[in-house]
Amino acid sequence: MPKIRVTLLSGRTIDQGTSKEYGKLSKEYRENVAVCEIDPDDLKELGLRENANVKVSTQCGSVVVVAKDSKRAPHPKIVYMPYGLWVNLIVEPETHGTGMPSFKGIPAEIEPALKEKVLTLPQLLKQTFGKDP
Amino acid sequence: MMEVIRNVTCPICGTLCDDLEVTVDKNVVVDVKNACAVSEAKFLNFANPAHRNLKPLIRKNGALEEASMEEAVKKSAQILADSSYPILYGWSCTSCEAIRVGIELAEEVGGVIDNTSTVCHGPSILSIQNVGIPTCTLGQIRHRADLIVYWASDPYSAHPRHIERYTAFSEGRFQESEWEHYVARLRGILGKKRFNRASERVLMREVSVPPISGQKLPPEFETRRRKLIVVDVRKTRSAELADFFVQVEPNKDFELLQALRLLVRDDELEVDEVAGVPIGLLEDVADALVGCSFGVFFFGVGLTMSSGKLQNIDAAIALTKDLNYRTKFVIMPMRGHFNVAGANIVSTWQTGFPFAVDFSQGFPRYNPGETSVVDILSRNEADAGLVIASDPVSNFPRNAVQNLVKNPLIAIDPVVSPTTMMADVVFPCAFVGIEDEGTAYRMDRVPLPMKKVAEPPRGCLSDKEILQEILREVKRIKRKESES
Repeated sequence: MPKIRVTLLSGRTIDQGTSKEYGKLSKEYRENVAVCEIDPDDLKELGLRENANVKVSTQCGSVVVVAKDSKRAPHPKIVYMPYGLWVNLIVEPETHGTGMPSFKGIPAEIEPALKEKVLTLPQLLKQTFGKDP
Repeated sequence: MMEVIRNVTCPICGTLCDDLEVTVDKNVVVDVKNACAVSEAKFLNFANPAHRNLKPLIRKNGALEEASMEEAVKKSAQILADSSYPILYGWSCTSCEAIRVGIELAEEVGGVIDNTSTVCHGPSILSIQNVGIPTCTLGQIRHRADLIVYWASDPYSAHPRHIERYTAFSEGRFQESEWEHYVARLRGILGKKRFNRASERVLMREVSVPPISGQKLPPEFETRRRKLIVVDVRKTRSAELADFFVQVEPNKDFELLQALRLLVRDDELEVDEVAGVPIGLLEDVADALVGCSFGVFFFGVGLTMSSGKLQNIDAAIALTKDLNYRTKFVIMPMRGHFNVAGANIVSTWQTGFPFAVDFSQGFPRYNPGETSVVDILSRNEADAGLVIASDPVSNFPRNAVQNLVKNPLIAIDPVVSPTTMMADVVFPCAFVGIEDEGTAYRMDRVPLPMKKVAEPPRGCLSDKEILQEILREVKRIKRKESES
């Protein structure tokens, strides 16, 4: 399976902002947040098309999300995920004495995950923290 | 009967637009004018019962069950009174009046009170405490700024009306809006795209649209009266609005800022590029910075969340200071939540410190890195938590969340979120700025009143009232303990 090394950025998007107002359990929120925007050339290198599932991994863990063709390309080997539970499960907690973890510029790997599912918020919470939502 | 409420302050981001017109019909918001997409989505969906917390909940045998307000208050007060090092976190989407009660509660229970700036502009505050900040109000910028630089910030996505209300597209007393130029440029680009699509069909090859970035500033940049530059790691939507976009490599902002400091002081750089930006272009940008009459840097969390953190802000403020030897320049952080600035201000006037305030020794102590919530949770030191107006389960790193949810957790939130889903006690509450009045501070530290435009669901108290109830009960428990 092809696997590429990337730099992971997280941040706000206008769609994440509006869909959170429909509710974080809404379909719109999951469709706008459980995604990873990838440069079209990188997506080709992975042998994938838009809307395929990918696994994004850092040294803190991994998460399965939907790959999106980045509309903000070119940004080779830089991938972007909107703020939310999915990306924050894999950001780096080290604050270097500032109180602030690293939410941007994180070394990561990305690979196809065609047989794995993107979990819903309740599924992800239960699986990660072992508590019933 | 329809009622139009004018000059409503928006409870979304730190821009705190105060010109909304909300139409209410029988306690239902049916229309909102002047709002951005996010604000409109909030005003039209806030009452949707599918995502509201409507009853207090208490976790029993592993599942959340409905409870009375009295039970929830007693349970929460007992959790806080029994804990030795609780954390009280959130505060940026509630009113200053509620934050004030929260600080008293933190002092009473000997806990740590921290607000969301700890994972937002906390490093900016540390830097400002180190080196100071040359800044001003947004009104000054609207009327006077002729060069606007958004650095590591995407206002289109996070502060959608910022450009229209305060910078390039606003009509100031001494500055004209660049809106018409932008629309003309957009029409040009659309025309070229159409032409290109037609050419692609005919010539069977791709013809690209002229980029807004390149090796040097375009000649038409000089003709703009009010110039807009965006510096970011990728071409954001805001970058597409700009007169010029500078793409910096991730984690290299510090190098780029220091290179610009050298250039504005007329020093030479003996390299071809810095952080992926050619020196020729950097020299053009430095000339534009020096050549303006009133310039402003707006910086986003792209600087505070990447490598260097507060040192990036030190460099940005130092660059602003250097520029003030040559022209007039100011700098301002793009604050996120609508009252995150208020959380810092209330915390400072009550305790002396803007965030990460530790009351465990009986007096306020401040040492970010030690007393900041993510560090406390990562070290697994807290034994209970109260979260208000925030969703740290979604927004904190995994190990911090693990240590947050394994302890008793109280959540006060109008809507269902991962934090309320993982909590042990959940309070429904009124939305500040929609169902409750209060005061909030804009990103330039101007206080504005938040209006109430609708009644909250039956039985939902305001954040301030819930905190007062918990505080009263904590005091009663402590009094009882000291008497026995």
